[in-house]
Amino acid sequence: MDYEPVIGLEIHVQIKTRTKMFTAAPYAYGAAPNTLTDAVVLGLPGTLPVLNHTAIEKCAQLGLMLQCEIAEVCKWDRKNYFYPDSPKNYQLTQNEQPLCIGGKVEIELPGPSRNVEGEHRWVTLNRIHLEEDPGKLTHESFETVIDFNRAGVPLAEIVTEPDLYSSTEAVSFLNALRQLIVYAGISDCDMEKGQMRCDANVSLRPKGTDTLGTRTEMKNLNSISNVRAAIEYEIRRQTEILEDGGSILQETRRWDAAKSESFSLRSKEEAHDYRYFPDPDLMPVLFPRERVTELGAELPERPLDRQRRYQKDFELPYTLTSVLCPERELCEFFEAALLEHSAPKAIANYIANDLLRELAEASEHGQSALSISQCPLTPAHIASLVRVIDEGVISKQIGKEVFSEMFRTGNMPEVIIEEKGLKQSNDSGEIEALCQAAIAGNAKAVAQYKEGNAKALNALKGPVMKATKGKANPAMLDQVLRKLIDEG
Amino acid sequence: MSDLHFKTIAELAAALEAGDTTSVMITQAVINRTAAVEDKVKAFLSSDAEDALAQARVADERRTAGQSLGPLDGIPIGIKDTLAVAGQPLRCASKMLENYVSPFDATCIAKLREAGAIIYGRLNMDEFAMGSSTENSAYQTTANPWDLETIPGGSSGGSAAALAAGQAIATIGTDTGGSIRQPAALCGVVGMKPTYGLVSRYGLVAFASSLDQVGPFSRTVEDAALLLQAMLGKDPLDSTSIAPQGETDYATALREKKGPWKLGVPKEFFGEGIDPEVKAQIEKAIDWYKAQGSEIIEISLPHSDLSVPVYYIVATAEASSNLARFDGVRYGHRSPEANDALSLFTKTRGEGFGDEVKRRIILGTYVLSSGYYDAYYLRAQKVRTLIRRDFEDAFEKVDAILTPTSPTPAFRRGERSDDPLSMYLSDVYTISVNLAGLPAISVPAGFTESGLPIGLQVIGPAFGEADMFAVAQAFEQDHEYYKATPTL
Amino acid sequence: MTEKPHIDIDYVANLARIDLSGEEKAKLGTQLNDILGYFEKLNAVDVEGVEPMAHAHQIDNVWRTDDEPGPTYGPEVLTEMSPESRDNQVVVPKVVE
Ligand SMILES: [Mg+2]
Ligand SMILES: [Zn+2]
Repeated sequence: MDYEPVIGLEIHVQIKTRTKMFTAAPYAYGAAPNTLTDAVVLGLPGTLPVLNHTAIEKCAQLGLMLQCEIAEVCKWDRKNYFYPDSPKNYQLTQNEQPLCIGGKVEIELPGPSRNVEGEHRWVTLNRIHLEEDPGKLTHESFETVIDFNRAGVPLAEIVTEPDLYSSTEAVSFLNALRQLIVYAGISDCDMEKGQMRCDANVSLRPKGTDTLGTRTEMKNLNSISNVRAAIEYEIRRQTEILEDGGSILQETRRWDAAKSESFSLRSKEEAHDYRYFPDPDLMPVLFPRERVTELGAELPERPLDRQRRYQKDFELPYTLTSVLCPERELCEFFEAALLEHSAPKAIANYIANDLLRELAEASEHGQSALSISQCPLTPAHIASLVRVIDEGVISKQIGKEVFSEMFRTGNMPEVIIEEKGLKQSNDSGEIEALCQAAIAGNAKAVAQYKEGNAKALNALKGPVMKATKGKANPAMLDQVLRKLIDEG
Repeated sequence: MSDLHFKTIAELAAALEAGDTTSVMITQAVINRTAAVEDKVKAFLSSDAEDALAQARVADERRTAGQSLGPLDGIPIGIKDTLAVAGQPLRCASKMLENYVSPFDATCIAKLREAGAIIYGRLNMDEFAMGSSTENSAYQTTANPWDLETIPGGSSGGSAAALAAGQAIATIGTDTGGSIRQPAALCGVVGMKPTYGLVSRYGLVAFASSLDQVGPFSRTVEDAALLLQAMLGKDPLDSTSIAPQGETDYATALREKKGPWKLGVPKEFFGEGIDPEVKAQIEKAIDWYKAQGSEIIEISLPHSDLSVPVYYIVATAEASSNLARFDGVRYGHRSPEANDALSLFTKTRGEGFGDEVKRRIILGTYVLSSGYYDAYYLRAQKVRTLIRRDFEDAFEKVDAILTPTSPTPAFRRGERSDDPLSMYLSDVYTISVNLAGLPAISVPAGFTESGLPIGLQVIGPAFGEADMFAVAQAFEQDHEYYKATPTL
Repeated sequence: MTEKPHIDIDYVANLARIDLSGEEKAKLGTQLNDILGYFEKLNAVDVEGVEPMAHAHQIDNVWRTDDEPGPTYGPEVLTEMSPESRDNQVVVPKVVE
């Protein structure tokens, strides 16, 4: 029998706030252990939580970005379970009435090659709720040590419906999700820093049926490659069991990235009885509809919407939009340049190819990874460069040189052209003289051209370009050569 | 002045103002009295005489400099061991918090300090405020100063007994189901529980968050008013605290409010289970009000017989979660037997908690557990709504409600220790007030033939403290039971 | 609550993470079953359509708006109160999930 995997994801995303979810203690990645605590973080006797409004608003924006319905009322519940990293031994979360309901995310599946757009589809979400992160355990040989710095950091838990059907779809979904969240400035989603963590529920069912099989829950998938590997492992594991006539045990499994296998943590029977109940210390949050509208208005266009618009309005090819659109800063850079000089394709090319290459090289040369916001060039640089090329001031060829110089010095192209005397030569007398010399010096090429080999002309252009240091107007050169040979 | 330790705050404030005494003299008097009677009463878990005298000297210097902070400035006030005072032990009379010292002040303590009060000593209580007799302290049992063989009531038994015995000028307690009013009644002092939210709970070690309130014990209603107005106010650290509504200069208002009033007497509070002497004395008090021109209206609180089950479900459920933080990880007791993560919790908690606390945690865990939540916890929350509605209906017709505070006078030590249900039933007159979030006060209303105090409870509508105080004070000033002191 | 209430002490004590002796379990079991029996009273009330009451007062939107970092404790506040610590971290017996 053929089986079809059905996958649901639960993604925890750290919301970018300066302070914690229920107290004003700050959070910063990499701080010395237990330096970012206060009485509330440590769950000292007598402490009480107070909501961080910024976290609520950012989570609502996340919900809007993911096309959720923002609840008019959301409430806080306690999830009771004992664990040494949990200062109160209950987690403040939203069980009954979460902030964001439903939602959907558009994803792009990989195309036949990197240069070809893949199929798009929508993945349905169940909900997004806010909760607090616990502290961090480090397991040593005989003991465990605890750092409570992370405790109380605001997390949005995004829960999908079981609406993904392969590891590839899961990965596409995570990439789309990450782009949306980073775009909206809600989180940096750096999985290495624990800003985005993923649990995967996997079940199998016979192809063509639509009831869900027994699922297992995989924890601790803290990189995209882990997500892919763990899901594929689990699909194989379940397939083997089912093919051997066995049945799947509902359980929680932990992915061991080092061994590339998962192992069982606990079965359903041992699953926690969390004794959720409304938190008596926190009051409900009412979300006025006007505020929802305001928050929505602050949000950027979604990456795939932008990509569609670029392809339609600017006729940009997928090879360019697939580079620009996933990154909001690149798009904004592009759009700003476009305001100064309306040449979308040329500008997009400079950004997607030259600029990104220079940035990558700059970061390879010891400097930390450069992002576009740290780059010495402004949209005006690129726009001006394209403009001088379009106006025939310099050739495309010289443009490459000007670009490198711009990136190195930060000077505007006009300045560089002036300083280096790179202005294109439009002196037809000089060009004609040089062309005549070239024709005289290469009879073979002239003959070939006359026989119909247009490419032979290049052999004549070379010496002219060399003599003018590349500044000869290429169009004029071509025209003069043809005229001279045809007339001669 | 003689017998400074038995004076009221108002009397001492006048004497301090007149220069007839000093804070050091008052504080020393209280310290001396404690030295003399503490052996018999055992109200204090600890006290730091030097620290109290140092605070008193500062208060005296302030006064000399003409910078007195008001009527509480220089008055020594005892604190129940469930309120956090920076640098002092905070044990909640539990072995679980054996060596714990709070690094911060509760908001109510900070406010008392701002008013100049001398924060003096840690007063005994039932462990984690669970009990009605102070027999559940892990450290000592406190005696009722009126009869050392009887209990002082609870859970704030130390606060009531210390005040009755002249070991403080006033004390602070907490009231979750009657824990201020019942011991006040049993020890012949005034005890007051404010409207829920009026006094911040920040720094009060939570027992049942939706019921807990901080309140004063004092010799007179006026003193209670002075203490409450110093402690109240919306606190940014307690999301359930509320900005006071209406008059909050209660002490001044008391001089104007003289009645007559419409006073409700709930028939359900005079049925079975009430001690005949208590019943007779409270009926006499009601007759007095009638004779003074107040209208006595028989009212019904039809769901009051359900208040005990509702209370013991809601309170234990919240407690089971609130007390989860006592786990031996970050502070307090840790079992020396703990050898893995599970036994760290189970052994620590098995050793650290006393019987009553275990009983309530188990009960509260059960009513929230899978399969029982709806039948117990959710249902209790709904009946709680009905109980509150009963009071709302009653306050349509009356200004205040009169009831006995406790169905019986102080009982003998050990009498109910093995029968938790009968102990729970002794809270029957006080707990519905907590469930409804209302203010109530107990004032001395005479003595039994054997010389045990009896308390009259006056219940007001939400934020109706000003009138509630006035009703209570009218009776108090005409009877002056507070002038009687126990012989020790 | 239609059947006679019965509390599974072992299950609940495990949830509550409290180690109880056999004697404690027996005694608690009897006492709690008595108490639960008394709670049966609640079944007599009609609560159809009644809103559950989670807070004493209905207030909402209580929050901190500024997101400005407040004071923090140095690690010594925690390590001084904790039963065991090393290098500014709290030490517990090895946690094996
Ligand atoms: Mg989850
Ligand atoms: Zn979560």
